[in-house]
Amino acid sequence: MIPASFEYRRAGSVEDALGWLAEDPDSTKLLAGGHSLLPLMKLRLATPGVLVDVGRVPGLSYVRDAGDHVAIGALTRHRDLEISEVARAFVPLLAHVAGQVGDPQVRHRGTIGGSLAHGDPASDLPAAVLALDATMVADGPRGRREIAASDFFRGFLETALEPDEMLTEIRVRKAPSGWAFQKFNRRAQDWAIVGVAAVLDGDPRVALVNMGSTTVRARGTEEALAAGADAAEAADRASEGLEPSSDLHASAEYRRHLATVLVRRALVEAAAARG
Amino acid sequence: MSAPVLEDHAAAGVVGTRMLRREDAALLSGEARFVHDVVVPGALHMAVVRSPYAHARIRSVDVSAALGMPGVVAAMTGADLAAEWASPMPCAWPVTADMQSPPHLPVALDEACYVGDAVAVVLAGSQAEAQDAAAAVVVDYEELPAAVDLEDAARDGVLAHLGAPSNRAYTWELAPDPEAVRRAFDDAAVTVKERYRQQRLIPAAMEPRGVCVVPQPFGGEYVVYSSTQIPHILRTMLGLTAGVPEERIRVIAPSVGGGFGSKLDVYAEELLCLALARRLRRPVRWSEERSEAAQATIHGRGQVQEIELAADADGRVQAVRVHLLADMGAYLQLVTPGVPILGAFLYHGTYDVPAYSFTCTGVFTNKTPTDAYRGAGRPEATYAIERAMDALARKLGMDPAELRRRNYIGADKFPYSSVAGLVFDSGEYEAALDEALGLVGYEALRQEQARRRSDGATKLLGVGLSSYVEMCGLAPSRVLASLHYVAGGWETATVRMLPTGKVQVVTGATPHGQGHVTSWSMIVADKLGVPPDDVEVLHSDTGVSPLGLDTYGSRSLSVGGTAIALAADRLVDKARLLAAYRLEAAPEDLELSDGQFAVRGSPSTSIGIGALAFEAFTAHDLPEGMEPNLEASATYDPTNFTFPFGTHIAVVEVDTETGRVDLVRYVGVDDCGNQINPLIVDGQVHGGIAQGVAQALYEEASYDERGNLLTTTFADYLVPAASELPSFTLGRTVTPSPSNPLGVKGVGEAGTIASTPAVVNAVVDALSHLGVEDLEMPVTPERVWRSVGAAAPVPGGAR
Amino acid sequence: MRVTVTVNGTTETHDVETRMLLVHYLREIRGLTGTNIGCDTTSCGACTVLLDGESVKSCTLLAAQADGEEITTIEGMAAPDGTLHPIQEAFHRHHGLQCGFCTPGMVMAVASLLKEHPDPTEVEVREGLEGNLCRCTGYHNIVQAVLAAAHSGELVP
Repeated sequence: MIPASFEYRRAGSVEDALGWLAEDPDSTKLLAGGHSLLPLMKLRLATPGVLVDVGRVPGLSYVRDAGDHVAIGALTRHRDLEISEVARAFVPLLAHVAGQVGDPQVRHRGTIGGSLAHGDPASDLPAAVLALDATMVADGPRGRREIAASDFFRGFLETALEPDEMLTEIRVRKAPSGWAFQKFNRRAQDWAIVGVAAVLDGDPRVALVNMGSTTVRARGTEEALAAGADAAEAADRASEGLEPSSDLHASAEYRRHLATVLVRRALVEAAAARG
Repeated sequence: MSAPVLEDHAAAGVVGTRMLRREDAALLSGEARFVHDVVVPGALHMAVVRSPYAHARIRSVDVSAALGMPGVVAAMTGADLAAEWASPMPCAWPVTADMQSPPHLPVALDEACYVGDAVAVVLAGSQAEAQDAAAAVVVDYEELPAAVDLEDAARDGVLAHLGAPSNRAYTWELAPDPEAVRRAFDDAAVTVKERYRQQRLIPAAMEPRGVCVVPQPFGGEYVVYSSTQIPHILRTMLGLTAGVPEERIRVIAPSVGGGFGSKLDVYAEELLCLALARRLRRPVRWSEERSEAAQATIHGRGQVQEIELAADADGRVQAVRVHLLADMGAYLQLVTPGVPILGAFLYHGTYDVPAYSFTCTGVFTNKTPTDAYRGAGRPEATYAIERAMDALARKLGMDPAELRRRNYIGADKFPYSSVAGLVFDSGEYEAALDEALGLVGYEALRQEQARRRSDGATKLLGVGLSSYVEMCGLAPSRVLASLHYVAGGWETATVRMLPTGKVQVVTGATPHGQGHVTSWSMIVADKLGVPPDDVEVLHSDTGVSPLGLDTYGSRSLSVGGTAIALAADRLVDKARLLAAYRLEAAPEDLELSDGQFAVRGSPSTSIGIGALAFEAFTAHDLPEGMEPNLEASATYDPTNFTFPFGTHIAVVEVDTETGRVDLVRYVGVDDCGNQINPLIVDGQVHGGIAQGVAQALYEEASYDERGNLLTTTFADYLVPAASELPSFTLGRTVTPSPSNPLGVKGVGEAGTIASTPAVVNAVVDALSHLGVEDLEMPVTPERVWRSVGAAAPVPGGAR
Repeated sequence: MRVTVTVNGTTETHDVETRMLLVHYLREIRGLTGTNIGCDTTSCGACTVLLDGESVKSCTLLAAQADGEEITTIEGMAAPDGTLHPIQEAFHRHHGLQCGFCTPGMVMAVASLLKEHPDPTEVEVREGLEGNLCRCTGYHNIVQAVLAAAHSGELVP
């Protein structure tokens, strides 16, 4: 299908984008790589009146060593993150997950900011930043603010970003080892039926893909680990308190089961990687 | 290997060699033109408004808002268009005299019968404008109860069509000796009774359909570009349905991006573009969206199968009894009712079975119509018998290869008169089995399987066999008559030499990826002694190839190729007479070699066929009574079907914790008789295997209980990619067919027929020690996990 | 809106609707119909082209997003004298195409894949083509063609 008509504006700066967003935040959408938004527009499931293309805003595509953390520009494409030497050295989980998103063509265009701001619980990168306890940096008419990843994902396609804000940077504390990512899908190009991002470097953190209406942490597993449980015991609590959906590709019951198996595998793998 | 491989004779010509395809350059460079690429100035774009309900009364359709939208030229309802149709949409296969067929109009009048049924059309200057306006058409529906589940529909709980007497389309029976079947079951030492579900499949040719109809302003003619497998049949049917004299319609199928049966049909959009072009006197075109393709292009399969085997204590099968329910969908398309019947003769598979009975009831549901999809009836039959044979082997505690070996029709029994009434032309089934077992390393796999089981591994190994025989080369016209098909099964060809010695072949076969141009030019090149590149093949345009019955059912080579070979022989016969006249020799003393006619024993006395073509063209000095030009035609009506066969073996790894199935190895040994081009044969088998694997593991057209199709996109309908499949190991035996002079059998459907049961048998084999006996297709990880849990619960994460 | 796009080395400027997708721009405005449309969900890859040398699905880009960019389509792969690109030649030699509808997108995806993985394993080829669907070949010969192209020594990085 062809998208419904819209007004197109190309932003030359964050200020441009924020200015246009402020004019009519509810019917204005930001377009970065477009790989979350355009598919919805083609099916006419999204019909924004104004599309603000931020894809060329300079200075927002970078992966930078910032001392205790890595700073990633919101417009960094998945492929660039995947092969970034800084990311591979200091946040290898994120580099790895970026290489798992969609397919090569999608990774060449899609951006980390676009993917996170879309807030799809079936996406891989939100789980990675949640497991890494990342911080989102948003700019808006009220200035800049930082949002912890654990506060960022609010609901289905819903984040803590206000309609007039723009995600500009992701800050990820360094976690060079002790991580794992498990993705279960039927075809390589598909969304995960269930995915697991685990980081054992520091306080153990486990985040799940597609185990609820938003990206979630496996709190039960994290508690069990903190209490000294082994991987299998902790994994048994993977879906505690969670309400995964039943859909065409999997029942909720199967998702719960998969979460148990995949969390266990991720914990074993991450522990082995930690050495 | 049972017969000489043609490649051994390759030195004699190009037939049998792996000649690279002549079609490729245009397709690889982007120069090939598909319907969507045909540029027609001033064409209007059609968008179709489709029912979002599986079953609804259409109270009213209001197109006024759409008419006011930018670029819109027309918006019409079913009632607006009713006068355009001379008859409802055609079904060419009334399988029984009492078959029910609800009238099917291109745009519904007052009742929508499936999600996707057309209820209005909009024409605008661009595709985007047409889509915008289609969204503005207001339809007032009264949703009605829908017949969704096949078995529920068979019980007539909800009627798929208001006012219909029942949902039954027909019941068709093949029971040559019911008493013998009864006796065999009474006397059997072992019986199995299995129930299988053939899920609905979406054919998913990569090119969505497209139509463009261009009215010719002064001649009253219509050029119809369509992404179709059947330009010839389509022309006749368009004429009859739209009330246009057939000779005023020229159908052109340009490059066609795959069909697999889904473009073997007459579709509403083809009729609509024609009728609207006639009405508005402007070109009208339509490009199918993928989501439309899921709803408005036919589906395949859709059956519930019950198969019973009766065997003696040694495992020799004495009778096969089959009951089918076949999902017709909402309407009968071109050959919908005949699809299960194409399988009716093959439910005893490759086995020498003395007693047999088959019944099939076709049932209407409020879903997309079904019709022929790669294999059409034969994959379903092979699936049922090959799954049931494995069930019998388990019951007998016998190796599945050994059970098959005991039951094969022996090589000494051909031609073999089957209990279902066919005469199998030739076969050596055990040779194909042995070849496959050898290629896969069967014994070693069994040992590895046992090792993993005893080690308690969570990745189990499964090995699945499938032996198949199919009936191809559709079809002897007399047989089609006995099955009540309204057309014949012949094919026609013309071969002509041009003054410069180049050759034109005109064929009624219609390629859409099969490489016909390459294969046809190879056949003719060898017959005439010219290079294949000198042979042009004209096809898929009723303006240049007015007669033909098109491409489906693995028929093109065995029927169409034979017609070409016969026409080439006739041309050579005429050239021989002219050569004899020129060389002052007796025709029977002439030999044709490398394009030269030479007097036997006197090779210097010769003349080339190219020179003869020029002489026949100038016609300055021809023998008394000889017509100018070297041209000959032939129409070939096959005397019998052909019966390709083979054995395929799938090897899977099954993760018992997640239920994931990985196809790790695949061996296919096929016998399609003589091969014109083994490169193309390999390609056909590869693609067929992938499609069959897709049915086994990935694909299903899923509906919810209200009849909404849930798999309308490639994000939800899981066509596997390269990342999901392994490389395939192919072997071949060659048992020429005695049914046609080329000795060929056809190979377009073999891979699809063989692979589905091989893969499912492999998964069941991996889990059989846990008590798993069956898995419904597609064998999803969740289904595997549930079956393992049901059979022998595995503790959650505690491993 | 006005867009200037370099396609296969030729730069043109046109007025287009803001909602026009890159694939429609290439097919309808530039007349390059080799790039096909096979789905509407960024799944099938038939519309794959190169944007600044990287594979992208042209059904999921606005023409506006390609403004000022350099695009290569299947029509830009063969040499001006018609000599096929080594990837195209490998598809021909290994029978890596049948109906040919997915082929332009597949070839462009391979061009990008081999740039990133000049010496790929079979697994890397299969995974690298996860975003391109083919219904005819079962991928077997496509994979063979890609491996052959990679090892032909004819690809200029």
